[in-house]
Amino acid sequence: LGLCCAPSCYPVPLSSEAGGGERSWILVCWLLVSTQVTLLSMEEDIDTRKINNSFLRDHSYATEADIISTVEFNHTGELLATGDKGGRVVIFQREQESKNQLHRRGEYNVYSTFQSHEPEFDYLKSLEIEEKINKIRWLPQQNAAYFLLSTNDKTVKLWKVSERDKRPEGYNLKDEDGRLRDPATITTLRVPVLRPMDLMVEATPRRVFANAHTYHINSISVNSDYETYMSADDLRINLWNFEITNQSFNIVDIKPANMEELTEVITAAEFHPLHCNTFVYSSSKGTIRLCDMRASALCDRHTKFFEEPEDPSNRSFFSEIISSISDVKFSHSGRYIMTRDYLTVKVWDLNMENRPIETYQVHDYLRSKLCSLYENDCIFDKFECVWNGSDSVIMTGSYNNFFRMFDRNTKRDVTLEASRENSKPRAILKPRKVCVGGKRRKDEISVDSLDFSKKILHTAWHPSENIIAVAATNNLYIFQDKVN
Amino acid sequence: MFARGIKRKCFDGEEDIEGTLAGFKAIPSYNLKRQSLLDMSLIKLQLCHMLVEPNLCRSVLIANTARQIQEEMTQDGTWQVINAQNTGQASLDQLASSDILCRSTKEQSDGKLIPSYSSFSKDFEDIQSQDIISDLSTVTSVQASRNPQGNVWEMENSPENRGNFQKSLDQIFGTLENKNPNSVEDLFSDVDNSYYDLDTVLTGTMSNTKMGHCDVLESFSSQTTTNSNINELDHIVEILVES
Repeated sequence: LGLCCAPSCYPVPLSSEAGGGERSWILVCWLLVSTQVTLLSMEEDIDTRKINNSFLRDHSYATEADIISTVEFNHTGELLATGDKGGRVVIFQREQESKNQLHRRGEYNVYSTFQSHEPEFDYLKSLEIEEKINKIRWLPQQNAAYFLLSTNDKTVKLWKVSERDKRPEGYNLKDEDGRLRDPATITTLRVPVLRPMDLMVEATPRRVFANAHTYHINSISVNSDYETYMSADDLRINLWNFEITNQSFNIVDIKPANMEELTEVITAAEFHPLHCNTFVYSSSKGTIRLCDMRASALCDRHTKFFEEPEDPSNRSFFSEIISSISDVKFSHSGRYIMTRDYLTVKVWDLNMENRPIETYQVHDYLRSKLCSLYENDCIFDKFECVWNGSDSVIMTGSYNNFFRMFDRNTKRDVTLEASRENSKPRAILKPRKVCVGGKRRKDEISVDSLDFSKKILHTAWHPSENIIAVAATNNLYIFQDKVN
Repeated sequence: MFARGIKRKCFDGEEDIEGTLAGFKAIPSYNLKRQSLLDMSLIKLQLCHMLVEPNLCRSVLIANTARQIQEEMTQDGTWQVINAQNTGQASLDQLASSDILCRSTKEQSDGKLIPSYSSFSKDFEDIQSQDIISDLSTVTSVQASRNPQGNVWEMENSPENRGNFQKSLDQIFGTLENKNPNSVEDLFSDVDNSYYDLDTVLTGTMSNTKMGHCDVLESFSSQTTTNSNINELDHIVEILVES
């Protein structure tokens, strides 16, 4: 069982091979999110580190509920939140750097764990509502507490995570155990004093935004005004004010009057990072629409429409499915958007709608396997994509626990693997290569040997440093770039 | 991935060689592959329908793919060929079977559609008894024998039947909104895994998600089903629950 940080006492030898990108990546932490440890840490105030050391990583304790379904750094990178299929949120906090332990940079330890969503039953439709956390989004920090939004298929919740390291002592009306005192015995008055106590991190649900989505929520996005946010499901996008839970504005509705005419759904949506009136949403037909909320209350008419013309030479019955966009992300600058479809990652300039400015092949060797991937449903996997802090590198996941990074400036790319077997702590990640045919070199892996059950759908990049978090099933890997 | 000597029954790998779509159509096996893809899509859609809360995006993409195939087949005139062999069929039967694909299993188990459902599952038996897998060349004749109970896609090539096709697809999406309680819903609480498992079972691929043989027809005959209509559905459910 274990939220276990790899020991990091040994210096790392320099590697002569830099790999596909300029930098080398080393494994900092490997964290196993496990149900049993979570229960322990919620019931008792045990020093987390004791748990880390006493429980070894043991896959037999991992259950399906532990499968990580979303990963997100907060705005400073100090906190890293994961959501899982069991409806839990686990927040990791970065280890404080100290002079004596420079090598501990980039390590994250458990900070808080809480059950965000429970399974529900919709009695009207006789449907079970999954508790799986689809997305987590942090709010920028405005006081000592941290706030995040977490959502399952139907309900968004605002959670407040705060620390308590003092407690009041010396009440008049109750004694130290909390029992009420007989007022007749009170002869003096005193002012309660705040005394230090062991640090406690508590998470409380501050708002519950429910009953606004008929279809499954796939995205939430906090607006740059920090007062509103949007939630998007397959057919509609709603705008919320953080303070108001019983109302939301519907700003996009693509539901046809006759459901039988449905041919396209919303797959992802995000607010512009700087312009609070602008947002984009992507569709299952590979298009992106940019909308301006100033234009009208209902943004059914887009301001900009991004679509790449189809390549007739690559046309097949699977063309539409593989063009379906699984994720859309604005660059930090707000100038570009990045989209992920089944085989590629594309970067679009907001000023050019007719085609992307860059296209990166993630795993083009799968193009000839689409029929099999359709058969086993892998073709419907929704991969996410992320920018680094400076928008110069983009990252996305693939199969066999591989993930890919593309440097937009040097045009170099690298394939890395997130797996226990191949990553000793502090060891440098070796670039991986998939062999597409002909002779397979020693370190290469052939396409037919790829494990399609091991998919990296969720990754996150620290907002300012080269620290990345990669979720592989129920394992969370944290890598940082090697610092000499 | 593909063992030596086994003819690939799928589009995989051939796209590179064949080049343009026009080149595709000249190959006789293209029609078989296309039909197999259509069948697979049909099954996936029907499975969507059996589950409690289908993934709307996935359903839409599969339906669009199926529609695309059907449209191409219509343009090809392929449907004309198939329907030439489809003589003496009561259009009522065909419409009845399209109903199968659009109603939920609850209604079926309620007994509303037993007559129609029996015709659909008799379909399965026909396939098994003909043992089509060993001989792909009999696919066309199999389709002819299946037509009495019908595949909703194989209708006469007329605007009104295209409308029926659209209508059945529509019904699938219509009922996505007005879901009927499913008697086995508690077995499918985890939608995603159920999808995969159902597809695995019915398409005969291996359970460890390694890519397998893309042959839908083979999987039908490899199932051991009983003669009873409803029991067939329960049997599939049983396999899932145990797996």
